[in-house]
Amino acid sequence: MNLRGQAAIVGVAELPPQRVTPGYTTLEMIARVSRLALIDAGLEVGTIDGLMVGPQVGETPQHVPATIAEYLGLQPRFADIVDLGGATGAGMAWRAAAAILSGMATTVLCVLGNTRDPQIVPRSPNRNPIREFDVPFGASGANQAYAMVAQAHMHEFGTTSEQLAHVPFRQRENALRNPAAVFHGKPITVDDVLASPLVMEPLHLLEVVMPCGGGAAFIVTSADRASGHRPPIHLLGAGERVTHRALSQAPNLTTSPMAGAISAAYATARVTPGELDLLSIYDCYSIVVAITLEDAGICPKGEGGAWVADNDFSPNARLPINPHGGQLGMGQSDLAGGMGHIVEAVRQLRGEASDRQVPSAELALVTGNGATLSEEVALILGSSR
Amino acid sequence: MTAAALAKPGLSPIPRTQLWWEAVERGELLIQRCASCGSYQFYPRVLCTRCWSEDLGWVQAIGSGRIWTFTVVRMPGHAAWAPDVPYVIALIELDEGPRMMSRVVDSDPREVRVGQRVRVNFRRLSPSESELPVFVVDAADGP
Repeated sequence: MNLRGQAAIVGVAELPPQRVTPGYTTLEMIARVSRLALIDAGLEVGTIDGLMVGPQVGETPQHVPATIAEYLGLQPRFADIVDLGGATGAGMAWRAAAAILSGMATTVLCVLGNTRDPQIVPRSPNRNPIREFDVPFGASGANQAYAMVAQAHMHEFGTTSEQLAHVPFRQRENALRNPAAVFHGKPITVDDVLASPLVMEPLHLLEVVMPCGGGAAFIVTSADRASGHRPPIHLLGAGERVTHRALSQAPNLTTSPMAGAISAAYATARVTPGELDLLSIYDCYSIVVAITLEDAGICPKGEGGAWVADNDFSPNARLPINPHGGQLGMGQSDLAGGMGHIVEAVRQLRGEASDRQVPSAELALVTGNGATLSEEVALILGSSR
Repeated sequence: MTAAALAKPGLSPIPRTQLWWEAVERGELLIQRCASCGSYQFYPRVLCTRCWSEDLGWVQAIGSGRIWTFTVVRMPGHAAWAPDVPYVIALIELDEGPRMMSRVVDSDPREVRVGQRVRVNFRRLSPSESELPVFVVDAADGP
């Protein structure tokens, strides 16, 4: 069975990322963004019969889908958690399509949301291999792992900090066209990035996403049912690879499992990189964009640094990248930040992206990345089947 | 609370790895070897990740390897390490093949490079901390 063209995204919504979300619970964020996605789809609430949510929503460690279904007043025939870090949103898209194809549901709501209070630093009581064999050395958090990936790329290919600094610079330029971005109205230069404090060498503070609270949602239904008041955006291809959790166990530092995920998505969709009109690619750190461009076949392996330094990302570029500003420009609302790449691709392919619209965008690559280039999902979305 | 007063996250051995941590206290770096397929692995597991055999034994690692990648920590992921900065954490590729997180010590952080040959050493990173396997750059491969 081939997923190509079998399901479509008919509704999307996003809450603008906020540095703090006083007065809101996670369930409330999820409910608000779900309602907006339903309105966007032009559907009645009774049509939703499938639900996909993220893990450990707020203070709800177990029975998460039931808790959210109950809060939303849904009684789905199919409910599940997807737990793929930043790839969770993209992972939901093809799971929803598969659930629909197999008859588990007809119309699936996929939703992620989070609150943020800087006073509360979430620390899970891990007793896993990373806690045992990484943390005692003073290695904790995502920054150190991505710094190590960037270091390896620099060593192997001669990539420079100045090249990578173009990623946050270009994404910030895109965010200037997006009023929902947390960095809207705040331009930066390449020199600003290089002058920002070193967090973990060679990683500068402005190469790291800004944590926010927010939410995102999309609704998937079968291509045959997809006749809402918005143009349906078709799922043409998808691929996924999960290889490790601790970076010490990664098969390779400079070629990510994204390569396999993307080539599977290309194969399903029967497209080649040269046919893409738009990239909506996961960007928690500058190095991830460079490696994803290589792994997507946009440039040869090792040339991602030079590519981001030399090529425009704007809506009018030869190959526009993250016109919404990406997560580096938008702010990262936890798992919803990754889902934002789907929301943006859908808006672009519908032709509803206002000031940042990519001209005649018909085919987009969306990626999601979890942990440290560990759990990877790629989607090909198109405006026609 | 000041950073100095914050306790660093300590060791968290599980029953299967107790022996590994005891070996570290004796100044030995153990890895697992699969009796079925001959491959080495780290961290310790209940099965071989290559062939899923449970017939695993402990062997003492040669103790030499190279820096697979590293970073110099300026802003640590946990405030308890703030007094240590800048410090070098690295993924070490042991000569047997397995890779592990560790510290590179006794080098100026500015002189550390990917690919440098290193050798294991055993240290308490501060008097209150447990013994850990850390790595020192080989004199022949230094700056």
